[in-house]
Amino acid sequence: MPTINVDKYALFEELGEQFTPDEFQNLCFDFGIELDKDTEDDPARPKDEAPELHIEIPANRYDMLCFEGIALHLRIFRDQQATPNYKLLEMPEDKLQTITVTKATEEVRPYVAGAILRNLKFTEATYQSFISLQDKLHQNLARQRTLVSIGTHDLDTIQGPFTYDALPPKDISFIPLNQTQKMNGEELMTFYDSDKHLGRFLHIIRDKPVYPVIFDANKVVCSLPPIINGDHSKITLNTKNVFIEITATDQTKLDVVCNIMVAMFSKYCEEEFTIEPVKIISEHNGTTRITPSLAIKVLDVSVDYINQCCGLEESPEAICKLLSKMAFRAEPSEDGKFIKTYVPPTRADVLHACDVMEDVAIGYGFNKLPRSSPNKAATIGKPLAINKLGDIVRNECAMAGWVEVMPLILCSHEENFEWLNRVDDGTTAIKLANPKTIEYQVVRTSLLPGLLKTLRENKSVRLPLQISEVSDIAVKDESLERRARNERRWAAAFYGKTSGFEVVHGLLDRVMLMLRISFTTPEEGRKEDKVEKYFIEPIDEPTFFGGRAAAIFANIGGKVQRIGEFGVLHPTVLEKFELRYPVSTLEINLEVFL
Amino acid sequence: MATADATPGDLTLQILHALDKEDPILSAQAFPAATFTDVKAALDRLASREMIKYDTLDREEAILEPEGEQIAANGSHEARVFEALRQAVEGLSVQELEKTIGDKNVAKLGQSKAFKEKWISRTKEGKFKTATDSIKDVTQEQVQTIKTTRTHPDPKVITELKKRKLIKMQKVISFKIHKGPKFALEIAKEETDLTADMIASGAWKTATFKPYNFNALGADQNAGALHPLNKVRHEFRQIFFEMGFEEMPTSQYVESGFWNFDTLFVPQQHPARDLQDTFYISDPKVAGKPGPTSPDDTRDYNEVWENVRQVHENGKFGSVGYRYPWSAEESLRLVLRTHTTSVSAAMLHKLAGLRDRDGRVPSARYFSIDRVFRNETVDATHLAEFHQVEGVIADYGLTLGGLMEFMEIFFGKMGLTDLSFKPAYNPYTEPSMEIFAFHKGLNKLVEIGNSGMFRPEFLESVGLPSDLRVYGWGLSLERPTMIKYAISNIRELLGHKVDLNFIEKNPAVRLDKD
Repeated sequence: MPTINVDKYALFEELGEQFTPDEFQNLCFDFGIELDKDTEDDPARPKDEAPELHIEIPANRYDMLCFEGIALHLRIFRDQQATPNYKLLEMPEDKLQTITVTKATEEVRPYVAGAILRNLKFTEATYQSFISLQDKLHQNLARQRTLVSIGTHDLDTIQGPFTYDALPPKDISFIPLNQTQKMNGEELMTFYDSDKHLGRFLHIIRDKPVYPVIFDANKVVCSLPPIINGDHSKITLNTKNVFIEITATDQTKLDVVCNIMVAMFSKYCEEEFTIEPVKIISEHNGTTRITPSLAIKVLDVSVDYINQCCGLEESPEAICKLLSKMAFRAEPSEDGKFIKTYVPPTRADVLHACDVMEDVAIGYGFNKLPRSSPNKAATIGKPLAINKLGDIVRNECAMAGWVEVMPLILCSHEENFEWLNRVDDGTTAIKLANPKTIEYQVVRTSLLPGLLKTLRENKSVRLPLQISEVSDIAVKDESLERRARNERRWAAAFYGKTSGFEVVHGLLDRVMLMLRISFTTPEEGRKEDKVEKYFIEPIDEPTFFGGRAAAIFANIGGKVQRIGEFGVLHPTVLEKFELRYPVSTLEINLEVFL
Repeated sequence: MATADATPGDLTLQILHALDKEDPILSAQAFPAATFTDVKAALDRLASREMIKYDTLDREEAILEPEGEQIAANGSHEARVFEALRQAVEGLSVQELEKTIGDKNVAKLGQSKAFKEKWISRTKEGKFKTATDSIKDVTQEQVQTIKTTRTHPDPKVITELKKRKLIKMQKVISFKIHKGPKFALEIAKEETDLTADMIASGAWKTATFKPYNFNALGADQNAGALHPLNKVRHEFRQIFFEMGFEEMPTSQYVESGFWNFDTLFVPQQHPARDLQDTFYISDPKVAGKPGPTSPDDTRDYNEVWENVRQVHENGKFGSVGYRYPWSAEESLRLVLRTHTTSVSAAMLHKLAGLRDRDGRVPSARYFSIDRVFRNETVDATHLAEFHQVEGVIADYGLTLGGLMEFMEIFFGKMGLTDLSFKPAYNPYTEPSMEIFAFHKGLNKLVEIGNSGMFRPEFLESVGLPSDLRVYGWGLSLERPTMIKYAISNIRELLGHKVDLNFIEKNPAVRLDKD
């Protein structure tokens, strides 16, 4: 969730009330934003800095990413003002500013929108807020400028009509914002390569054959989206007329960003909430249009639907009133069955009637909603079979004196293979593409690494240590949609001055007894039988010490399969896991007993 | 068996014999050579059998410092200087005096004190000579008194000698010993435990038993133990079963973007899908297109695939959608599931294929508690893995107030009351509510879970009818457990770094009680 820092007393002034901390907290809680911090009493706050409120905004409320948006929506919520009616100025065709789009932009960043805020008066605070909103939109909705980026210019320093073109990097030359030297696209990439802030965005266009560029009528470079504006047209505190150009790779988000930018700051225009449109001439793909759209979406939402979901019996008029608190203009349909809801252009988060329904509930107050029984139908509880089986084994192990552990499922490739003297043949382990540390390279294919690491971390505990785990491993399986499957395993490890081989063996026998699987010899075990049985056979595998390991076989319904193994771990395995004393382990697949 | 320590040797017998002659006795006088530990052990042994009683006496004794010992043996420094000069008739120079005494320090200190006492004087040649015929070495007498009696009748002397660092004070504990009710001159043999042999032979009738130490713990049980997190999980599962929930098959760590995100109406550019937050899988490479999971699965998977595409790309089911070009390739990327809601999505898709007696999709209650994965930077409150508790209720006529009431019952079973609900945002639920409870220990509201009604874009994509509403809620298993046991570091609760002693000693979990 983005956090917006606002001047505390400026906000309280907008809201016409000096709130106590609890009162403001409650207001936020009811509206669905979160007061993260109030710096009033924070000793770290510089003396010359006004106290701030740090407010967390839900990730879908792009219209509240600035002081203006927060103040506006809280004021509307508190019935202090109505939703602004944002208006596009009617412009004669010859006065209309234009941006002409070339086909070349399709190769790099195909969409553009523009808007003009006329006769604006910035103060230091509103100017900072204007800059900061662009940052917040870039970070969130625009996904670090990959989807959308915003350029703002002092219109009085440049001259339309404008062009949105895409040119080879070498052919674009200008002085970037706050620099003194002219550079071309290639030089610019080098210049900003180590820049902490801008360096992060270079990758968006770096390897493209052409870079996007906005020119004015005199070929002055306004900006090189999504990296930087030109110094020539930079806005200042004294800028009166702001030209906003927005470029994008996503048409929907372009419109959202454009609407929000102009809606929030048209408040400071001489004629409040008016915006001068810009015509986008885009003949190569037939999308010539006027921006911003400021389109009001109309949703007809069923009164019954709202009342049923919220558990209310409100009249259409009452619902409209609740909606107006949430910045919607709304009116009942003639038959009173629907609410005609006008979604303001800033509320891009409203996609469906359910979004309107939620806002009715917020307007009413979540915690005031009438409670009702959630028990509409009788359902029958039921555990998952594999969990029930797993619980039997877990409990039996604990009753036999073993301590249950819960290591992690992700581990390093070495822990899963090399350290156990096992070879990765590429058919089992699921590998992660983007782990942050080598601790998380693969999904374990065995419970052993976790158990051995647990022993390693518990050397100070009195010997012997007897630990066990029932949990899933996962392996590749190309026959399935997800190309992988889990498998429920049971494993145990004994760590002490003696190997504990017979102790682990005894635990296996005990659990098998509890699962009603009878012990038998390999000869008998391979014969078909109604009785479920198990037998063991010595194995020679590098994980284990020679002559001290056995494979465990189960004969279930006449089907004989190896389900696991137990043995004394090979000393080289112990060394890798930094274990000083012998360890015996046991690991089997439990799913055969389902 | 835990019993009082017994000290062998005959000190116990000596004490009994001494008491027989004289009652009471003082340990410091009767057994000056015995160490404190031995005496104490012998007395405890006798006292535990009520053969004696004793009182502890504290007093301070004066002990000679090494310099004091030297004075007691050889006389004070000034006396030694006087004696040396008395024997040398001609007097001695400074160097000669030092040589005769053999200790520069003694010569220097002694000479200055002897002057003060007017025992010696200086000749014209600058040599020292005696100024009187005989002296009385008071200091030596004082330290000798202290050496034998460990005190001095004149408290001023003690203060003075302490100042001169010739003696130091030491606390001494001794005992005043009386006969006890069972006083005797011999100690009867004591048995530590009742044995089978004693029962067989009847020896128990005459045997004396050593008293049991009721202040010590009993014997260690070497007990097995279940993991605390699993004990909390068990409680949660019981609550779900009590309320008619069926456990979902969550044995599926690997998911496709389709089930983990797209079906749930999480757009493909959503930050949760960033490499920073989600583990992607490099091997195996891509998921298959959604399809039947078993031979009897007759659902139309192509329909859900197309629904999801359309609802994202152009909107459907009354939604305008996100309106972006939806990528099948992105949807088929494999991830480690970031939540178990991916399983809920598949379960609800399956539910949509079922019919009850009235021909409707049946009501259902599902839950799961299982591991989920986030590509987090690990710290005290974040691990790359944790457990998600998830519940789903699908029914007709559900209301938001019903969800709140359900939460009050559900969390009430864990002793959490006075819930409040805050509007929140979640891409797949609308309305969404964060659930808060008042925590008495922390004296503040704490967030205990997230909940909501699943969005129609999701429910109708998987084929559920529009009048079937579905509650969903989730919380982590670790967080309430950490709050309950005041654990501040998640690594002390989950993973290989957990202390086995912590697992063994963690009490049973009774969420409704404490």
